[in-house]
Amino acid sequence: MFDLSADQELLQETTRRFLEANAPPAQIRALAGTKAGFEPSYWRQGARLGWASLVVPEEAGGGSVSGLGVIDLCLVAYEFGLHAAPGPLGPVNLIAAALGRWGSPGQRSAWLGPLMEGEQIGVWALAEPSPEGSLGRVSTTASAEGDEVVITGTKAPVEAGAEAACLLVVAREGDGLSQYLVPADAPGLTVTPLKGLDMTRRYARVDLEAVRVPGEALVGARGGAAAAVDWLSDLATVIQLAETVGCMSWALDATLSWASNRYSFGRPLASYQEIKHRFADMKTWLEASAAIVGEAASAVEGDSRDRASLVSAAKLYVGRNSTEMLQDCVQLHGGIGVTFDHDLHLFLRRVATNRPLYGTPEEHACRLGRILVSQELGHRGDAPPGKESR
Amino acid sequence: MSFPSPRDVEDLESFAKRARRWLAANMPPARPQAEIRMPGSSGSDEADLARVARCRELQRMLYEGGLAGICVPREYGGQGLTPAHQEVLNREISGYDYPAETQVPTFTPCMAVLLEFGTEEQKRRFVPPILKGEAFWMQFLSEPSSGSDVAAAQTTAVRDGDEWVMNGSKIWTTGAWWADWGLCLARTNWDVPKHRGLTVFALPIHQPSIEIHRIEMLDGSKEFCQEFLTDVRVPDADRIGEVDQGWTVGVRWMYHERTVSGGSPYVTFPPDRRPALGRELGARALVRQLGPAGHLDSPRALELIGEARCLELVGRALSRRVAEGIRSGRTSDQAAAITRLFGGTSSARTASIAFELAGARAVAWLEGDDEGRAAGVGYLMRQAACIGGGTTEMARNVISERVLGMPRERTGDRDIPFRLVPRGPS
Repeated sequence: MFDLSADQELLQETTRRFLEANAPPAQIRALAGTKAGFEPSYWRQGARLGWASLVVPEEAGGGSVSGLGVIDLCLVAYEFGLHAAPGPLGPVNLIAAALGRWGSPGQRSAWLGPLMEGEQIGVWALAEPSPEGSLGRVSTTASAEGDEVVITGTKAPVEAGAEAACLLVVAREGDGLSQYLVPADAPGLTVTPLKGLDMTRRYARVDLEAVRVPGEALVGARGGAAAAVDWLSDLATVIQLAETVGCMSWALDATLSWASNRYSFGRPLASYQEIKHRFADMKTWLEASAAIVGEAASAVEGDSRDRASLVSAAKLYVGRNSTEMLQDCVQLHGGIGVTFDHDLHLFLRRVATNRPLYGTPEEHACRLGRILVSQELGHRGDAPPGKESR
Repeated sequence: MSFPSPRDVEDLESFAKRARRWLAANMPPARPQAEIRMPGSSGSDEADLARVARCRELQRMLYEGGLAGICVPREYGGQGLTPAHQEVLNREISGYDYPAETQVPTFTPCMAVLLEFGTEEQKRRFVPPILKGEAFWMQFLSEPSSGSDVAAAQTTAVRDGDEWVMNGSKIWTTGAWWADWGLCLARTNWDVPKHRGLTVFALPIHQPSIEIHRIEMLDGSKEFCQEFLTDVRVPDADRIGEVDQGWTVGVRWMYHERTVSGGSPYVTFPPDRRPALGRELGARALVRQLGPAGHLDSPRALELIGEARCLELVGRALSRRVAEGIRSGRTSDQAAAITRLFGGTSSARTASIAFELAGARAVAWLEGDDEGRAAGVGYLMRQAACIGGGTTEMARNVISERVLGMPRERTGDRDIPFRLVPRGPS
C-alpha cells in the first residue's frame, strides 16, 4: 500500500515475525473458545513493538516510527490481516489517539500510559444499534447536572467492550457531539458480550442507563466534538481496511498456490482460462484496494480536504470486493474451502466482520454521493456546507 | 526509456510555477462540458475538422511555451524532464483548453514507439513535428481477420530495392480520415512462425494508394476507419526497427497502449479527465447533467453516484500505484494490464449507472435533451470500453500469465510457418 522507509520495514518485519510465532492458525483456533479472544501477555508484548502508541503524538508519550503514525499503524493492521491476528488493535488505538490529542493531563496520566503499554484495554464507543447507528448517527445523550454529566444510551457493537477498563463514549449533547471517558465499572453501565463471526475478535453491547461521570471526564470540546468524531471514524475505517487488504493478500496467495497444485482432468486448475480470468479479476481488486487504502490513509494522516471522499471510496470499494474475493477463493477451493480445518475461513470471517462496521459500503456510497452532489450543485439535502463531511 | 535524475533538471516547484504562469497567460479556458471525444463523434465533419485544426494550434502554442514533450529528450524538441514534471503539468493544465483529443494515439503509443525504436535520424525527423502539432499519428494495427491476435497480421510488405510494397487492410484506426501518419505492423515473412515475420513501418496516410473508409458505429459516430492498402510504396528509411523483428516493437507498442489508462509519461491529461472510448460520463458530469432533473436526493441515487465517484477515485489511485510500481521496478511492466482491466470494467459500470440514473429519458427523450440521449446511447456503447485498445479478456490473460505466472494458453500457431496456421473462411 505504501512505499516504506527503513524504519517502517523494521516495524513491519518485527510485527510479522511476532505474529508468525504467536498467532499461527493453531493458536487462533485455540483462542476461539476463550472469552477475550486474546492473551493479555500477547497484547502487552505487541504493545512493546509499538502497536498501541503509533498514533499518539510524541508530546503525549507516543510516537510513530516514520513521522506518519497513521501509515505506520496501517502497516501493522495489514500484518494483522495477513495473519487474521487476535487483539484489540482498532479500539485501543482509537481511544489512545483521542486521549493523546484532546485528553486532559489527568486523563492522560491515569489512562493513556497503561493503554500504550498494553496493561489496560480501552475502547472507543461510537456505533449504536441500527437503524439509528447508520454511519455515525448518535442517539446516546449526555446532559449536565451540576458538576456531573448524565449519559444514557446504547452502544453496539463495541469491539473488546467486555475487556475494556474504560470507554470513550460518543454522545449527543445539545446541538452537537461530546466524548466522555467512562470507567467500565461506572454504576448504570452494563456490558453484554455478543456472539460473533470472527474467531478471536469479540464485541459487546454496552447499555448506559443514566451513567454519571464528573464534568472532567469530557475529552475535547463540549458539544463540539463532531469534527474529532468524524476524523476518528475515518481513522477507524482505514485501520480496518488496511487489515482487510492483508486478508485479501493472504487469500490470493493461498488460492493461487492451491490452483497451481491441484490437478483435474490431467491439468492444473490454474491452467483453465476461466480460472485464470477470475484470478486476474482478484489481482485487480487487490491492487486497486491497496491503492485506494494507501491514499485514504494518507488523507487521514494529513487530514486533507478530500479525506472523507477517499475514505468512503475506499470503504465502498474494499468492503464490497474483499468479501466477494474471499467468497470466490472459497469457490475455487471447492468443498475444502467451507471446512473448519482449512484456514481460509479465518480470513473470510475477518473480512465479513469488517464489512458492515464503521458504516456499510452502501452507507459510504451515499456519503460519497452526497459530497459530490453538494460540491456540484451546492447545498442540498442533509449535507452540511463547508468542508466536505458526512 | 530512462529519464534524467530529478537532481539534474529544473525542480518541480519552479516548473509548476512556470507552467502555471504560462498557461494563465496563454491558454484559453476549457470548453464548457468538454468531454474528451474523438473527432468523428460530434456528427459534423466541419466541426470536427475545425477542432483538429484548433488542436494543431494549441499544440503549437504548448511547444512554443516550452510545455510540449515534457519527457521527450531535448534533441528531439522535447523538454528533457521527468514523469514527475509531467504529473505537475497534468495538474496545472486542468481547467484549460488543450489538445486533449490528439494525445492518444499520437503521443502514446506512436511517439513512445518511435522514441524507443526509431533510428537517430528517424527520431529527429518524426518527433519534432509531433510536438509542434504538425503531425498526428494513428495506429495501423488491427486487421479485419485479427483483432486481439494482432501478431496474426496479414497485411504484407514485400521488399523492392530501397522500397517496400504494401498490400492489405487495417481496421479500427481512429481518425485516419484527418490524421497524418500511420504506424503500421506488416508481415514481411510468411515462412516463419507468426511472431518472427513482422516489421513496423511509418507511412503517410493520405496518398492515392490508401483508400479510407469511415465505419459508422451504432451511436452514429464515424471516428473509426478501415484502410485498404494497394501497392503502397514505403521507403526503407521509414522502417521502424529491424526487418522481421516487428514483434519486439509490437510488444512494447502494446505496452504503451495499455499505459493510456494511466501512467504514461508522454500524455497530458488532468487527473479528473481520462480519454474514454465509449460515451461514458465522469461522476461529476453525471451529477451536473442528471442532477437538475431533480431526483438525486434518494438514497438509491446517492449510492449510485457514490459508486461512480468511487470508481473514479480508485481508478486514479490504481493508475498511480501501478505506474509507480513499474517505474521503481517493484512490478513488471505487464502490470499495466491491471489498469486497463480496471479502466474497462469501471467505464462499463459507470455507463450502466448513468443509464439507471437517467431513467426513462435515456430511452425516449425530447429533441435537444442531450443528457438523456447521452445516457441512453452511452449505455448501448457501453462495451466499447472493454473492447477497444485490447479487450479486457486479453488483459485478463496478461495479468494471469505475465503478472501472476499462471500457465499460458495453448495456441494453434506456435512454431509453425505463418503460412500454415489454420484460418477461418475469409
